[in-house]
Amino acid sequence: MFAEAKFSQRRRRGDGKNCMSTYRDVFDKNEKTALIPFFVLGDPDFDTSFEVIKTAIDAGADILELGLPFSDPIADGPTIQKADIRALEGGMNCGRGFDLIHKVKTYRDIPIGLLMYYNLICHYGVERFFQDAAKAGVNSVLVADLSVDDAPEIVPAMEAAGLDTVFMVTPVTTPARRLRVAEQSTGFVYAVSLLGVTGSRETLSEAVEGLVAQMKAITEVPICVGFGISTPRHAASVAAAGADGVIVGSKLVGLIEANLGDKARMLSDISAFIGEMKETL
Amino acid sequence: MIEKGRFGEFGGFYVPEVLIPVLEELEAAFYAYRDDTAFVAELATLAQDYGGRPTPLYLSPALSEKVGCRVLLKREDLMHGGAHKLNNGLGQGLLAKYMEKTKLIAETGAGQHGLATATIGAMMGMEVKVFMGTTDIERQMPNVQKMKLLGAEVVPVEGACGTLKDAINDALRYWTSHVEDTFYLFGTAAGPHPYPQIVKHFQRVIGQEARQQCLDQCGRLPTLVVASIGGGSNAIGVFADFIDDESVRLVGVEAAGHGLETEKHAATLQRGKVGVLHGARSYVLQDAHGQIIESHSISAGLDYPGVGPEHSFLKELGRAEYVGATDEEVLDAFLFLTRAEGIFPAFESAHALAWVLSQAGTFQSDDVLVINLSGRGDKDVDSFIRYRPETVR
Repeated sequence: MFAEAKFSQRRRRGDGKNCMSTYRDVFDKNEKTALIPFFVLGDPDFDTSFEVIKTAIDAGADILELGLPFSDPIADGPTIQKADIRALEGGMNCGRGFDLIHKVKTYRDIPIGLLMYYNLICHYGVERFFQDAAKAGVNSVLVADLSVDDAPEIVPAMEAAGLDTVFMVTPVTTPARRLRVAEQSTGFVYAVSLLGVTGSRETLSEAVEGLVAQMKAITEVPICVGFGISTPRHAASVAAAGADGVIVGSKLVGLIEANLGDKARMLSDISAFIGEMKETL
Repeated sequence: MIEKGRFGEFGGFYVPEVLIPVLEELEAAFYAYRDDTAFVAELATLAQDYGGRPTPLYLSPALSEKVGCRVLLKREDLMHGGAHKLNNGLGQGLLAKYMEKTKLIAETGAGQHGLATATIGAMMGMEVKVFMGTTDIERQMPNVQKMKLLGAEVVPVEGACGTLKDAINDALRYWTSHVEDTFYLFGTAAGPHPYPQIVKHFQRVIGQEARQQCLDQCGRLPTLVVASIGGGSNAIGVFADFIDDESVRLVGVEAAGHGLETEKHAATLQRGKVGVLHGARSYVLQDAHGQIIESHSISAGLDYPGVGPEHSFLKELGRAEYVGATDEEVLDAFLFLTRAEGIFPAFESAHALAWVLSQAGTFQSDDVLVINLSGRGDKDVDSFIRYRPETVR
């Protein structure tokens, strides 16, 4: 299988380039579904953001998904958009984002996926962006508004920088596209659990089980599920569906928003929630 | 997708994966119906009997005298609804009907495209939701009320600034979770493929008519075609059929606001940098870190930090020139046409007039100018009087 060939090639690349912990280290070792918290870098400011991320690591995060804030985040719901605005007002940008990632990586060698929008990369310069991201300690970059159709615009530069690639599939992605996503993704496939944008939901789409199974049937690349996962019950059902990782974003970012005036409580709420999720998985 | 939707390096469809199937469905339907005999006939009838096409090409004696050659106004302001927006509204509304969608959504800044969509919804019996920034809702209350009167729901959008770009973001977000029954009636020649192609297709009637009318009335092609440009729908509409006429100079007039040397303008093509916004690669107004910045214009219809990708391409090719007119020049042009011809031009369209007036004396006497008068200015009368209270004292 092409996907398998790609996968083993990736593994060599990831392990050889530097001594950083890779996705494979996590997914191979973990018998349980990996817990992947998402935060916006610099939300609400550089120092608090570092403490939040540190808290998440200490509470049991296996991998981190971190977002670079953008003024026009079309794939995100109101919770993440507000976090983007807070972070931008706090002075966050790509360069400071890399500084923050480097600081996190110095605290703990944990795999980090970057989630962002294409304009920031175009503005920074494609090659230079991925080189600097890799230097900061990023493992993969997912560009929310760049689909697998335009993968050739970024994949060569990501490969040159030694970064893993991640693309998205959704419940309405056609089988032919799913295969292309699997082939182009070396880190993991980001499976979107529902139609719409990021945000906490009461119920999780039933489509997610089928989606994980369909992806599992065509690739060995790990499948991580995100969008709308806000309770331990959601996480448990995603794990039961066979996902390798579960990405929790809006719920956690909402805990930052709810406790902007009380940092101690912000950190303890985040720690407690991640602990609870971790226990369920 | 069947096509990449590129204009040189510009355009494309830079959207989240969840939107791809929706755009594929739209592209397939557009390619299937754009040349379909029944569709074409139905649209032509609607454009004529409901919309009021063809619109006249009016030789303006006052402007001609002022600038020193023949100046013709393409009277899109006489279309139903008072602007060129209805051309696209009718086309996409009919496409929605053929696709068996029952609901329309639209974004709006000033409210003109929202109004056009609400109008189409009322006429075609479709439910309409218009996404509009909270800042815009405050400053465009009369249009908000008109949309509601027409039966549309106006959805307030906060976002970063509460303006047009936030409204587009939210309409796109809503669309991703309501694709089954909802058609996104996009207002300008920007956005992801296939929208730039769709909007150009339905707006090119402006240039088709103007070209033939100019040949009939003047016995020759114009030497210059001028249009205001924000997202670029009226400009691409009037330019389209002249692009292959190499002798015809094409000029797009951007909103220079307080001046191109200030930060208060919407001159994306002159002051922006190539980037990706709302699904397309094009020129974009952005800050030193790649964040999209707010544009400024006296005319809400041009107040957009992006621009249609084909205009970026025409600029790169050198086929069209893009210039600016300041808020003050626009107010002067508004007053000039009002007093000299008895026509209120929309602030948007007054940008094209203002630039032509600024060039008075540089034309040859046998030049023929066509200005796209894209909309009427009744909506801007209150605003004009606020800026220039002395004119009505």
